[in-house]
Amino acid sequence: MSAQDILVVAETNQDAPADITFELLGGARELAGATGGQVVAVLLGSDGVKHAAALSAADRILVIDDPQLAAFSPDAYVAVLEHVISAEGPRAVLVGCTTIGYDVAPTLAAKLNAPVVNGCKAVAVEGDALKVTCGLCGGKILADVAVAGSPAILMTLPGSFRPSEAAGQAQVETKASPVPLQPGAVTFEQMIMPEAGDVDIMQQDVLVAIGRGIQQEGNIEMAQELAETLGGELAASRPIVDQGWLPTTRQVGKSGMIVKPKLYLALGISGAPEHQEGMSGSDVIIAVNTDPSAPIFDVAHYGVEMDLLDLVEPLVEAINAKKG
Amino acid sequence: MNIVVVVRQVPDLIEPLEIAESGTSLDFDEVSFLVNETDDHALEQALLLKEAGGGTVTVVALDCGEVDDTLYTAAAKGADKIVKIPVEDELRPPAPPAAAALFAEAVKGLQADLVLVGSSAHDELEGMLAPLLALKLQLPYVGVIRGVRAGDGSVTAFKEFPGAVMAKMNVKLPAVLGILAADQPPRYVPVSRIKAATKSTEFEEVEVAAAAAPGVTVQRMYHPAAGERAEMLEGSEEEVAAKIAEILVEKGILK
Ligand SMILES: Cc1cc2nc3c(=O)[nH]c(=O)nc-3n(C[C@H](O)[C@H](O)[C@H](O)COP(=O)(O)OP(=O)(O)OC[C@H]3O[C@@H](n4cnc5c(N)ncnc54)[C@H](O)[C@@H]3O)c2cc1C
Repeated sequence: MSAQDILVVAETNQDAPADITFELLGGARELAGATGGQVVAVLLGSDGVKHAAALSAADRILVIDDPQLAAFSPDAYVAVLEHVISAEGPRAVLVGCTTIGYDVAPTLAAKLNAPVVNGCKAVAVEGDALKVTCGLCGGKILADVAVAGSPAILMTLPGSFRPSEAAGQAQVETKASPVPLQPGAVTFEQMIMPEAGDVDIMQQDVLVAIGRGIQQEGNIEMAQELAETLGGELAASRPIVDQGWLPTTRQVGKSGMIVKPKLYLALGISGAPEHQEGMSGSDVIIAVNTDPSAPIFDVAHYGVEMDLLDLVEPLVEAINAKKG
Repeated sequence: MNIVVVVRQVPDLIEPLEIAESGTSLDFDEVSFLVNETDDHALEQALLLKEAGGGTVTVVALDCGEVDDTLYTAAAKGADKIVKIPVEDELRPPAPPAAAALFAEAVKGLQADLVLVGSSAHDELEGMLAPLLALKLQLPYVGVIRGVRAGDGSVTAFKEFPGAVMAKMNVKLPAVLGILAADQPPRYVPVSRIKAATKSTEFEEVEVAAAAAPGVTVQRMYHPAAGERAEMLEGSEEEVAAKIAEILVEKGILK
């Protein structure tokens, strides 16, 4: 335990540590190299021990094991983490910009009277402070922020750090909750899985993904035709699903699916970080957008600055001609 | 049920975003504002709950970022009362901790059973408003919610997890919920109704004092470098279409 340590708030998805956790471990390892501290992973749960071994890229793994932590509860997570962070006194705490991190990190920072930044993409030590680069405005703006004071709570965007799954000599310490936990005002009842029956977009080689730039439900048909011509399926950004134009099973991104097709053709999608999270690993990304500064062009291999409604038909024809 | 909805204005991302001369913030003189999308969903969720079970909807906003049109729109959609909080700088929205302090003071007096606020906003750098507001109000909080059902002294809220998975959560009232999406997309109101609301709606004003956040200083704000960007395909629609088809053949995607 040292004031130079970097603490990682680990998360699990159903049966394994979440991808973001390995990225945070990678980021923490780099930062600990600069501060001269250790990487400490903290995992909350009721069967955390079974995931601890996977986190051995850390130097120490703290597992807080309590039946009240079996499912996510904002109050319980904040209470436990507040106690652990106070006791450990690290230089920085890396938390993911996730459904859990969003509920926990700002409150934790306020309770600890610690500085917090959201959208962290990179971090370095600069004198007494940390220099944190944050992404905001849907990925259109970057800010370099000096964070003075410890512990700095860094809400980290997925995809920011190279994941570290390196096996270390981590020592696992399992403890009961350091604070008494009772069911609070917010209680978990059950997980609801997506409706089965729709195609699994994670298994497709070709996805034609539509965003708000499609403008009207009636225009989806032409995108569908393009998808069929390519032997693929339709996927979508969140607003299309929120509109009820396509089912949630088609949503790509933070709260949707993580897809890695051979071709991801993004039509009228701005490329917000929450969307990129779900598709940046695709083999070939082609983006069509009327806005040349759309962040989707940062992740796409090929870009077209054009009205998608003008391009789709000629594209169907060009593909049919090639198939000949 | 008395529902309070917290509404903020954010920079419109469709318009070009300029950096101020200081180099440490957006040039707010040039920014065009619109309602934060998740706050708009929070309002929709409040109206749906009111329609299903009765009650009132009070909208609270800071008087900055050209908020009036948003508030008239909220009135036209069915908000019962609108409260506006004067702020020092009418152009530049305060950071989340300061905004939370301002909103909390105003919301305290409203006897809310349920406070709905957008789960996040794209300009939140120093933490996030929704959970900080709950902390200031000393109310329970859960965010990233897609859909709410009213119950007896509690609500059921559906919290998003990756992979289109939802957690069904029971939340005892009073509480604050961070809304990501309402059960239905925000309703459309005709311009004529907004115009009528502009004439008939009176804003209540509540003056409160603000507070600062510790330890965070923006040194530089900038646009991402145009480094590893996409190779842009130029030409007419037909030419671009032919180029794409060629690439697909080259990459073995089209056989
Ligand atoms: C907790 C959380 C989770 C989220 N999860 C997800 C998620 O899983 N998936 C997801 O996608 N988003 C998610 N989001 C939302 C995300 O932040 C963005 O709001 C969303 O991705 C934007 O969708 P979009 O690109 O379709 O719309 P917009 O951002 O509105 O972009 C539309 C684009 O279309 C372009 N355009 C307009 N007209 C045309 C035309 N005629 N031709 C070509 N281009 C045109 C515009 O230039 C613009 O770039 C999440 C947000 C939060 C806070």
